[in-house]
Amino acid sequence: MAVRSATDVVASPALPVTTPQVRKSPHPFAAAFRRTWRNPLGLFGMIILSLLVFAALFAPFISPYDPIVQHQGKELQGPNAQFWFGTDELGRDLLSRVIWGTRPSLSVALMVVGIGGVLGILAGLAAGYLGGWADALLMRIFDALFAFPAILLGFVVIAALGPGTSQVAIAIAIAVVPSLGRVARSLVLKERYRDYVLAARCVGAGSVRVMLKHVLPNAVSPMIVNLALLMGFAVLAEAGLAFLGLGTQPPQPSWGAMLNSSRAYLRVDPWMAIGPGIVLAMLLLGLNYLADALREAFDPRRVNAGL
Amino acid sequence: MGRFIIRRFLQAIPVLFFSTFLVFMVIHLIPGDAAAVLAGPNATPEALAAIRKDMGLDQPLLVQYVVWVTHLLQGDLGKSTLSGQPIVKLLQARAPATIELTLAAMSISMIIALPLGILSATHVRGRLEWFISTIQSLWLAIPNFWAGILAIILFSLILRWLPPGGRVADANNMGDSIKSLILPATTLALYLAAALSRFIKFNLLEVLFDDYVRTARAKGVNDTTVVYRHALRNALLPVITILGVQFASLLGGTVIIESVFSWPGVGGLMIDGISNRDYAVVQGGLLLLVMLFIVINLLVDLTYAVIDPRIRLSD
Repeated sequence: MAVRSATDVVASPALPVTTPQVRKSPHPFAAAFRRTWRNPLGLFGMIILSLLVFAALFAPFISPYDPIVQHQGKELQGPNAQFWFGTDELGRDLLSRVIWGTRPSLSVALMVVGIGGVLGILAGLAAGYLGGWADALLMRIFDALFAFPAILLGFVVIAALGPGTSQVAIAIAIAVVPSLGRVARSLVLKERYRDYVLAARCVGAGSVRVMLKHVLPNAVSPMIVNLALLMGFAVLAEAGLAFLGLGTQPPQPSWGAMLNSSRAYLRVDPWMAIGPGIVLAMLLLGLNYLADALREAFDPRRVNAGL
Repeated sequence: MGRFIIRRFLQAIPVLFFSTFLVFMVIHLIPGDAAAVLAGPNATPEALAAIRKDMGLDQPLLVQYVVWVTHLLQGDLGKSTLSGQPIVKLLQARAPATIELTLAAMSISMIIALPLGILSATHVRGRLEWFISTIQSLWLAIPNFWAGILAIILFSLILRWLPPGGRVADANNMGDSIKSLILPATTLALYLAAALSRFIKFNLLEVLFDDYVRTARAKGVNDTTVVYRHALRNALLPVITILGVQFASLLGGTVIIESVFSWPGVGGLMIDGISNRDYAVVQGGLLLLVMLFIVINLLVDLTYAVIDPRIRLSD
């Protein structure tokens, strides 16, 4: 092929002037979520979560029996054709109870992520970025709240408000604020002396602007992973409090309470402990895998390093 | 270093103040008030006022707090509303079991987590890392109370190796004492171990991509030295904080594990307290666990300073 000389180009002014083609790169978050979706573990997590959300939304239509109806003479059965997960000590269908049990579990997780997440991140950002007395004050409050394990804070709130699902959600949300706040603060501390923050401040950006427009986006990806883990924590804490008899009250089904009542019948019918346990574990596993996949998808350093 | 230790102790004071105040407030969170609970539904207003005066509830809150702390420092936590026994006595009977269980679990979890975390970071994307992380994800997904129930089914009911619950604490019968501790302590430890080792791995991986590690590699430092001398020290810092933080969840877990294995610790005392509306007992149990947590975290922070010269030298 003949090499075109420079004069050829100059000689043909009629050619349309084309702007250089810049491939528009997708928003980093969209790319990250696509990577999450393509990761088999992330996909697994999303499927489990979607299935259980579906079960929670449509529990009345998909559960084979009423979860609180007692089938007399059919108590403590193992899994069989009529009752796939078996029955409990009162002859209630365990599968239906497990399906209905998604409701307290997921609604608590959602409330905790919403309330606790926002409060924790804002407090952590403020503490980390403002520093000085604001930091000292917030950290001491965190420390004091921290000294109460989530379950024990739950005890305090439940002692005051009485047992129940939303009380449990409030208790857990309060409990997660300090831990999220600390994580957010440490991320901010890591970022605040970076060159780009100094540059932003040099050109006159104020504290709030630097915090929300510059520091927060850089701290967001680890926070998203934390929120996914937080959902798992909330599910676990809800089940734990229900296990201790402080959560969703009978006869309404909850996985924790079902596991607790199974303890008295382990010798006779160990199956009572299996169904709710497996579903609870699957949900926690799904959420953890999702967090893992999100973490990998959001960490550009690892992506660029080919890992 | 000396200055850091003093500073850290001084920092613990407001935490102590806040947390004891929160514990103190438990009794004031009760709907109605404690006097009404104590007096019963049929009490006359005069009787109620008398009880209130007797309990000091007619005083300002801060005065009540000071009185409570003064009693506390004299080793007086009040009496159980239900049994009338002094709460300090009840706690003395229960505390050793809880402390034994948590410390055993904490040690077991660190012993498991450290090697697992390092191995999976150094073998990242290898078969070993895949294997370890699969097992970890499974552990993390199994709530400790369910793991406890499964462990009882397997090790006590099927294999009959270990007792299904209860605590033997007999210096002359160490065999049975240890046997009774194995299931609850390991169940409690596994969750923490899985969480810790994951955290160690992620931190180590994060650090392994930092510039100074690349510099060390470029200088020709071998892998083992890079990991143990350069990366691990930096990666362990947040891990130590997490260990302190996780101690809270360990204490929370203890309450649940105690209930699974009928372990006669503070947790059972508190749950009974909640269901019997015996708030002074709940308060005492909370106080004990919170103190335990503060002490452990103080130790954690001091360790932090030993490992990281930047912390002890910066102030």
